[in-house]
Order: sequence, then C-alpha cells, then structure tokens
Amino acid sequence: MNIFVFVKRVPDTESKIRINPTSTNIVFDGLNYILNPYDEYAVEEALRIKESQGGQVTVFSVGPDEAQAILKKCLAMGADEAVLIKDESEELYDGWRTARIIVAALQQHYPDFDLLLFGKQAVGDDNSQVPAMVAEMLGLPQVNVVTKLEIQGSQGVAYREIEGAHEKVVFSLPAVISAQKGLNEPRYETLRGIMAAKRRQIPVLPLEQLGLTEEEIKPKVAVVKVEAPPPRKAGQVIDEEITEAVKKLVAFLHEEAKVI
Amino acid sequence: MILVFGEIRDGQLKKASLEALSTARRVGETSGLKVGAVIVGSLTEETKESFQRCGADIIYCLSHPLLGSYSSSGYSNALAQLVTEENPEALLLAATAMGRDLAPRLAARLRVGLASDCVRLELKEGVFEAVRPIFAGKAFLTVQASSSPFLATLRPNVFPVVEKASSSLEVEERKVDLDEDMVKERVEEIIRGEQEELDITEAEIVISGGRGMKGAENFQLLRELSALLPQSAIGASRSAVDAGWIDHQHQVGQTGKTVSPTLYMAFGISGAIQHLAGMSSSKYIVAVNKDPEAPIFKVADFGVVGDLFEVIPHLKEELKKFKS
Repeated sequence: MNIFVFVKRVPDTESKIRINPTSTNIVFDGLNYILNPYDEYAVEEALRIKESQGGQVTVFSVGPDEAQAILKKCLAMGADEAVLIKDESEELYDGWRTARIIVAALQQHYPDFDLLLFGKQAVGDDNSQVPAMVAEMLGLPQVNVVTKLEIQGSQGVAYREIEGAHEKVVFSLPAVISAQKGLNEPRYETLRGIMAAKRRQIPVLPLEQLGLTEEEIKPKVAVVKVEAPPPRKAGQVIDEEITEAVKKLVAFLHEEAKVI
Repeated sequence: MILVFGEIRDGQLKKASLEALSTARRVGETSGLKVGAVIVGSLTEETKESFQRCGADIIYCLSHPLLGSYSSSGYSNALAQLVTEENPEALLLAATAMGRDLAPRLAARLRVGLASDCVRLELKEGVFEAVRPIFAGKAFLTVQASSSPFLATLRPNVFPVVEKASSSLEVEERKVDLDEDMVKERVEEIIRGEQEELDITEAEIVISGGRGMKGAENFQLLRELSALLPQSAIGASRSAVDAGWIDHQHQVGQTGKTVSPTLYMAFGISGAIQHLAGMSSSKYIVAVNKDPEAPIFKVADFGVVGDLFEVIPHLKEELKKFKS
C-alpha cells in the first residue's frame, strides 16, 4: 500500500490574529506554527494502515522552507519519506492553486499511489477545498470528513460525518480521503524518532519544476479585503443570589433573545 | 440566472437551501437575474411549494438511475452538465456536509474558484462579492471571483429565509448523461445515533458545556435543559470533548464547528480564544461560570456568576413555570 499524506503548516490555534492594514492579509510576523491538527489524524491513519497491511507512507507539504519542521514531525511520528513542494507565496486562501500544484507534482514525479490522505480542512484558510479538487482533477473517488476508514485490498469503506449522522461510503482505490477529528488518536513522536528525523535531508521539489504556467496557478478567488470581526460588547453580568439571577436570565431569554 | 442547489435529505428540502435561495433572490433582483433551483431526483409537491414561496422562477430536476444515493463525483458531474447548458452567472450551495463535499469537486470540474462558507453575499455592478470567516472567525475576508460562474457555499443559519413568491414557476426535467465509471463513490447507508439529534450548526439554540461540567454524566443536565428549549442542540468545548465526555460532533471552536445560532448558552466554559472564535457570531450569548474573571463574560450578552450545578436546576424550574 503506497500512501501519500498532504500536510500544511498553520498558525497555532491559540494565536491571536492581527490584520495588516496595508495589505489584504493577516500579520504573519510573530505567529507560532504547528502541523494542521486535522492533518495529524491523516498521518496517524496512514501509519496505522501501513502497520496493519504493510506499505510506505510519504508525507508532502506545499509551502516555504519553514514547512520542513512539520514534515520532520511527521517523520518522527513514523512516516517513511517526506517531500517539500516549495512554494514561497504568502497564504492566498485559494484551494484551486494548491490543488493544481499537488496534482502536477503527483502526475509528473509521484504517479504511483493507492491512497491520498488529507486533513478535512486547514485551520486558518478554513476552505475545505483541496481534497475534493485533487480528487476531481485526478478522476478519483473522494470521501471527506471521515471518522472511520476500512481498507481491504482495492476496496474501501469510509464513514463520513454529516448533520447528526454518518454516511457509510463505499469506493475503490486509489482514492482521496480527508480526516476528521475522531478518526483516531494521533501518537506522539518518540525521542528516537525525533533524533532520527533531525538528521534527515528532506527532498525539495521547487514549484518551477512542475511545468505550471503562472496562469494555471493564478488564484481563482481574489481577496479584496481582510477585516477583524466586529467587536462584541460585553453585556450584563449578574453576580447575585442564584434564584434572582435565574429569574433575570429567563426574562432575558423571553424579552431580548425571544427564544421562549 | 443565479442557480441554487436544493439539498434533499430524507425526502425533505434543507432549510439552508431555502436560505441560499432567498439570498439568490435578493442579490439577483437588483440586476434582474432570474433564480433557478436544481435538485437531484424527483420533485415533491412540498419542495416545489417551498421553492416557489422563496422566489424560484424555475426548478431543474436532474435524474439518472445512478444518482439514487448521494455521490460527490456523480452529483458534481450532473450539476456541471446543467451549468454548462444553462450558463448561470452564479451557483450557490448551502455549506452543509453535502454542500462542502460537493462544491469544491464541482468547482474543479468547472475550472472555477470557490468561496467557501460565506456569511455575506452581494452583487455589486455585476461582480459577486462574498465575505467569509478565516481562522474560525478570528478574521473575515472579502473575496471576489476571478472566474465565472461565481461559485459559493453559504453558511447555514446566517442568511434569512425570505418568503417572496415568484409570479410564475417552471419545472424542467433534465436527463443526465452518466455511466458507472463516473460515479466513483456511493453512500451505501446512513447511520444515525440512538437519539435523533439536531446538529449544532443547524440549531436555533446551542447549549454548550465545558470543563466545568466535571464529567460525561453531567451532560444529562444540558439535555434536560435542551428538552425545555425548542430547536436546541448540545455543544461542547474542546476540553470536554478531549476528556471523552461527549463526541467531537458536538465540539464548538477552531478544531470543531463554527456556529451562529440565535442563542448560545455556555455552561462552565471559560472562553479560550479557540472556543470564542467558533461561537462569537451567535446572535445572543449567555454564560454561566463560577469565575467572574472568565473571558467568556467579555463576549456574553448575559452572564451569571455562579455554579452551573445550582443554576441549571433553577433554570429548569423557571422555564417550566414560564411554559405553564
């Protein structure tokens, strides 16, 4: 089983996001970066499939040199190989561009695989676009937001989360799967894994070697403005006897929120 | 024309699809654009009436024996055929589980961009402009499409359903050209939990518990409260989910779901930045916490400083009294 996992370097979920008033983007200086949390489930799932069925796990990231840190984390978790598809551009919030880059890299340099695993979304751009776009561009089956995956030979069954229920989806390999929280419990890196990953040289595939024209990877959704969310005013905080407080709360639910 | 995908689940049209249709009507009116709805499968009288009430001028029904159950590749292929035939200016879908799965595949097929999970949509001098949250709502992007048709998914529970009937309504059956190779994955079964639960993204009221709930068994208190509040669902903070007290489907926040209900009630949730990001767009926020310094009070419209284990029983009593 040849499994590819696609991971992204994203600002820590604890980050305060500031707006750059002179651009159409956020302020990237001073942000602490992590491996996208949903991608961790994808890496873990790949490792589990490999452990039970044999095979090889290769992790890819589209991003700047700094993305090597998350690739090394994946190696330390147990991935066999890692590849950086080097793209120095700032976050553009456009799924099309990333999907095109991934598809070109696969078609030209890594055409043999059985499974493409992603996180269900990158925290940050919150697009949830790349897995489905890659699946369509390669003509593959897709199952997104997966909380349980079973692979047997060339057949797969995935359970994907929908509103208040799960869909059981059947498909054939090769396929694209995106991971949701709950799929598994990602392992910690071992100290030995971390030390070994430190010494690894990660091959770099520059964007220029993918034969893509500027036109082909031009974002299809243009950002014209970025804003902070409208501030919320703090309302009344009642710190008094509970019976009184609850009476006032019920009055609030009725008169202001109008939900009862 | 602005085309809207009508999502049918269990034979029922999703409310979020009517929100999208009402939005299409509103932005289309200024430019004299017609509004079309498209469904996969056969049209029930009830769905037809809903579409008409919200202003559809035409309904397209796409049918094919291979589209009996949902398939991302099958549905996107069918929709792409209609888009190619009708050439609409825009196509809107609700950002539901199905819409989020289908729209990017369709975008790639049509070679257009996609504005995901939008919370505002306008048509200004012929250009569609959408606002969408990033970082779970810590910032908002205004985006325009540099490709056509404009494709967007709209976040459920944000856009109002506006009843404004169209003067006439056409219904057109369209045969879809598909073969088995084109339907690459298939929903074999829908598995529901033991209790029929409303999803937090679709609920009018979300009642959430955090670390202060102290254990899985105490979420029963929230369920009892939920039984007294119409259209409510149970949410949770990341710490409650990570402690294993409740399934992650209920998690609100940056690694969970972003919700915008009419009322959000936070019990024993301190208000970490990741959590606030996921619920700050709620219309009203009520917080109950023992700690008067909890950050949740900074965003709450109504806060009660107190022990949730004392507040909830009182609140249940008062709600029962109020009802009778």
